[in-house]
Amino acid sequence: MSTQAFIQLVYLGAAALFIFGLKAMSSPRTARRGMLMAAAAMVSAIGGTLLDPHVVNYEWIAVGIVVGTILGGWIAIATPMTHMPQRTALSHAFGALAASLVGIAHYYDHATTVTLVERVALGLEVVLGSLTVTGSLLAFAKLQGWVRGTPVAYPGQNAVSLVLAVVILVLAGWFIADPAASWAFYAMAALAFVFGITLVMPIGAADMPVVIALLNSYAGLAGAATGFALDNNILIVAGALDGASGLILAVLMSKAMNRPLLNVVFGRIEASTAASADDVYAGKVRSTTAEEFALLLEDARRVVIVPGYGMAVSQAQHAVRDLYLALEKRGATVEFAIHPVAGRMPGHMNVLLAEADIPYERMIEMDTINPTFETVDVAIVIGANDVVNSNARASDSPIAGMPILDVDKARMVIVVKRSMSPGFAGIPNPLFAAENTLMYFADAQAGILDVVREVKTL
Amino acid sequence: MESLNLIDSLFVFMLAAVVGYHVIHKVPPLLHTPLMSATNAISAIAVVGALLVTGANGSKPATILGAIAVAAAVTNVVGGFLITDRILKMFNKKKAK
Repeated sequence: MSTQAFIQLVYLGAAALFIFGLKAMSSPRTARRGMLMAAAAMVSAIGGTLLDPHVVNYEWIAVGIVVGTILGGWIAIATPMTHMPQRTALSHAFGALAASLVGIAHYYDHATTVTLVERVALGLEVVLGSLTVTGSLLAFAKLQGWVRGTPVAYPGQNAVSLVLAVVILVLAGWFIADPAASWAFYAMAALAFVFGITLVMPIGAADMPVVIALLNSYAGLAGAATGFALDNNILIVAGALDGASGLILAVLMSKAMNRPLLNVVFGRIEASTAASADDVYAGKVRSTTAEEFALLLEDARRVVIVPGYGMAVSQAQHAVRDLYLALEKRGATVEFAIHPVAGRMPGHMNVLLAEADIPYERMIEMDTINPTFETVDVAIVIGANDVVNSNARASDSPIAGMPILDVDKARMVIVVKRSMSPGFAGIPNPLFAAENTLMYFADAQAGILDVVREVKTL
Repeated sequence: MESLNLIDSLFVFMLAAVVGYHVIHKVPPLLHTPLMSATNAISAIAVVGALLVTGANGSKPATILGAIAVAAAVTNVVGGFLITDRILKMFNKKKAK
């Protein structure tokens, strides 16, 4: 058997392992084993590639592998779980950078010999890769707090993006049609880097779950395009898997906000036409103390905790765990209601709660828990706002139709929040003024710890 | 790439995308964060392209760009799989006492 045939067989095995590895992600029990399979697939794909007779120069490869291993290992060990959204955004930048640079380097050395099909693939690869690099870096900076997380709007921003997109397409068409026009290729790559910034700049931090998922998809598709350019099936398969995954997540996330995907990317929630905060809240908001909070929990049989981004900001997940344990010890049943877009990335809340040793059986999806809120004695909302905004049920609301957690149907609702400030949608929340709601104004972590102390003295 | 090769590649892409769609749909929202970090590690398969470009004894600039690509992709391979495992381990810890 020739070396090439052997390498292709290795790739075939790796592709199968990737697919079975992802399939194992359907349950937390099998997921770790699945990742082991995927990692084995990756190692064998790398090993197989190194056997390729075209690979003759190992020095620079060794340098790259050593640097990458150190950097990747350090990131994996040093990243706290609370920084997972940033880490994910950053890693999309790395993946896309690899795809983009491979395309540029390949074109640099073969500009005169690449075929028409390869030029199309290279164009896709470099454009998708490059815009994902800068877009992801900007998303990272926003999530890290280095760049303001609020949407940055300026007049005509969509027009600017549109013009850029058209210019990039024209340049791509130019170098595809005329192999000698290498300037068009490099200009296209440079503008794609700029395009990534103009795409992500107007998008606010709360829409990041969608954006991160989309960038995930682009990074994958750039990888698949690399496969077309290099005629390499393992790149195509792995890239397609990643592209599909990111796209599915992006669609799920935008559905959970009841906004079309394009609206998240190109539009923003319009300024509120709903009632002003004064009308909604006037004289109806009642606040509570840690003592009263604990007393209300004294006889509660069923408690549901609704975590939001505020819990992540305050790193309150361990305090929440203490509350969960204290209540369970008193014989109550405690569950966690998870909204799909709570937090800054898909699954964000689950990871934080898991970090605090809360069993995943207690994390309940929105559609499952919603019909049961009527039998909940106390619902505790921690740092969540828009995902429990009952205003979403009103037809004239800016967030009309967004699926929400029906916490207001619980017998008693306690909202842990630092102030009355609105959520990302910028509209008041009638839940806070409801008859069965008490506001507990506190930092989530310190506030919950106070309540835990009080519960223990009951 | 010949046009027949292209069609072969499109077949592979189409089938992988369909399989990906069905497999990913079965992943519960609980595991969406580790899923994303896993697919991210998998998309570091671009490392294969990077190795081919870097090792091909091409021009100096192409080799250096390739080496940077190898470093970036390997960062994701190592970081991606380690961190996915770290997250999944948390989901499988002994229940809190």
